[in-house]
Amino acid sequence: MAVHTLEQENRRLKWMMLAPALLFIGVMIVFPILYTGYLSLTDAFGAVNADSSFIGLLNFSDALGDLRRFWPAVWRTLVFTVAAVALELTLGLALAMLLRKPFRGMRWVRTIMMVPLLATPVAVGVLWLLILDPTTGIANYLLGLVGIPPQPFLGSVAQSLPTLILIDVWQWTPMMTLLLLAGLSTLPGEPIEAALVDGASAWQRFRHVTLPMLTTAIVTALVLRSVDALKTFDLIYATKGPGGGSSHEAETLNVYAYGLTFDYQEYGLAASVLVVFTVLIIFIVVALRRRSAKASS
Amino acid sequence: MLKRRDALRILGLSAVLGSGSLGLAGCGSSGDGANGPLRVALVNHVWTSAIRERIAEFEDLTGRRVLVSTMTSDQLSSTYNVKLNASAPDLDVMMYRPLQEQLLFARNGWLTEFNDLVADDSEYDWADVQDGPKDRVTIDGRIFGVPIITERPTLYYRRDLVDAPPTTLEEMYETARRLHSPDTGLHGFTGRGQRAGAVSMFSSYLYSHGADFIVDGRSGVGSPEALAAYEYYGRLLREAGPIGATNMTLEQITPIFAQGKAVFAIDADAVYQNFIDPATSTVGDRTGFAAFPAGPAGSRPFNIASWGLTINAFSERRDIAWEFIRWASGPEMTLRLQNEGVPSARTSAWADEASLTAFPPDLAESMAAGIETGVGADRPDVVQVGRARDIVGRPIVASILGDDVAASARDASEEFDEFLVRDARQRQL
Repeated sequence: MAVHTLEQENRRLKWMMLAPALLFIGVMIVFPILYTGYLSLTDAFGAVNADSSFIGLLNFSDALGDLRRFWPAVWRTLVFTVAAVALELTLGLALAMLLRKPFRGMRWVRTIMMVPLLATPVAVGVLWLLILDPTTGIANYLLGLVGIPPQPFLGSVAQSLPTLILIDVWQWTPMMTLLLLAGLSTLPGEPIEAALVDGASAWQRFRHVTLPMLTTAIVTALVLRSVDALKTFDLIYATKGPGGGSSHEAETLNVYAYGLTFDYQEYGLAASVLVVFTVLIIFIVVALRRRSAKASS
Repeated sequence: MLKRRDALRILGLSAVLGSGSLGLAGCGSSGDGANGPLRVALVNHVWTSAIRERIAEFEDLTGRRVLVSTMTSDQLSSTYNVKLNASAPDLDVMMYRPLQEQLLFARNGWLTEFNDLVADDSEYDWADVQDGPKDRVTIDGRIFGVPIITERPTLYYRRDLVDAPPTTLEEMYETARRLHSPDTGLHGFTGRGQRAGAVSMFSSYLYSHGADFIVDGRSGVGSPEALAAYEYYGRLLREAGPIGATNMTLEQITPIFAQGKAVFAIDADAVYQNFIDPATSTVGDRTGFAAFPAGPAGSRPFNIASWGLTINAFSERRDIAWEFIRWASGPEMTLRLQNEGVPSARTSAWADEASLTAFPPDLAESMAAGIETGVGADRPDVVQVGRARDIVGRPIVASILGDDVAASARDASEEFDEFLVRDARQRQL
């Protein structure tokens, strides 16, 4: 009978405990990524399991050479992400600064702020679609009361993307506020008090003391929200439908890949777009983290 | 228990979607075997509402439990894509759009063939089904489903604002333009304007201008007649329609008309109840119906089998699935449903004078006119219908926005020609 040492038993137990998690990661993350990579090199069309041929990097050259849909979608993805996250960071920081000190009714304000976060993006999309309907929505009715002519909002090629950015800001600014509030609550009070004693103004205390100390929290919030904003799909699909609207005015990479899969059944091409999209996300996250590391040092 | 190959397919689709949750939709329960409950997927439609009320009758008749899922057409398409890609057996009867999905689904081997089923069943009376709808569910002599609903476009108009319905498209434009008054909240016309969504309704304008999507296997959307149709439709919506028309589908135009904010609307006759239902419409008692107005080539609306029923090729309950279909779409049930205002695909139902009284008289006249002059398709007859609609729908949007329609139609026509070459290769079953 083999005798195992305590160390060997511990090692075995460790792997047994880890096995379910490793299996889950393998099945739900590693395999789909590998399969996506495989599909991106084939001309899979119609059905995933239909006969398909290996075509090398042809899907990638088709996607990267597509000036009609792919590159405009890349541009819109970046515009949506940068604009939404920048606005959310600015507003979130302002709100966090306002809410950092206790005040009467603070609990109510924080609870109300949480409401948009609780709704699913599809529900949010449908809600705003009704509010912003150019003919029957309440938004144009309210604008009419103050003499502003009716706006097409999501019904317009020009206004769709800005409107979607504002809806995203409405939904996710509270999360940014909560993350930054958590960061603010961990800051030491002494440097700020010292600056106050030295006669620094409120803006100088914020700009030169609070903000540098908050860098780590800001970068963490930025990375989390940027990755999330890059992947936004439900809100756009619920409000603009397939293709991101009639002129593809709100078609981001996610919406484009979904359309290739479900509307066009172009599984190979869709997989190549998703591979490029994943590389883009990794590039952005690495860039943000490097910038954060530089700022911290 | 999922087979290894099925599991790989499900995971593979998850990978393509980039979303595990969507892919997992295909991993629901297994089929439960031949004696399990019958699973029926239906779209939100007046036919669905009518049949759902009667499903208990089928359960009593056969002793089999029926589980019904009802979804929007987009949700239904996505569900089919995920489940059928995974060869999922937990879906038996499928409501589908023969014009949109049949070629692709049949090519993928996802549909059961009906030839033997309908041929061996004299009671079902396959000969009674109208020829046009029958053609739509048949590919190279192979039948892949049964048609259950037909539809044509009808002109919805406000009888209190218009003395008599316009008989030509130009007359409709003139009247719509004259009565268009956005400041008072009244629009002359409302209709679909979304790129791909508008294509089916636009087809009637195209045909009535003497054009077609495909002519002799090549793109027809660059012809002078097609250009005239694009220009007309865009002008109508731009100059007499609500703002934001390029984002509009049936979901938007129904409330606009029902709330008294439009003089004219043109959409499918099968959904007429949504326009006049007293529960949601303020103008139901003042709504009239008329045949599709004539264009330069006459009145040539589409007349199509918009929805059909088919059986999942991976179903474990094909026998009971066919029992359900023959019960739900047989001569007797078809007549009962038409008596409740659901336009059918059976000659016997239309021949029954009593069933026509279910519709408002002017709507019945409009339907009869559409059946007489109608064209059997409302979108390009291709494998990748979604992609084709995106291409031929582009000039509609350009026209509504007041852009260069000729350039847009030329560009769309070139792309559509390239698309058709590839489509010819793909349509081999």
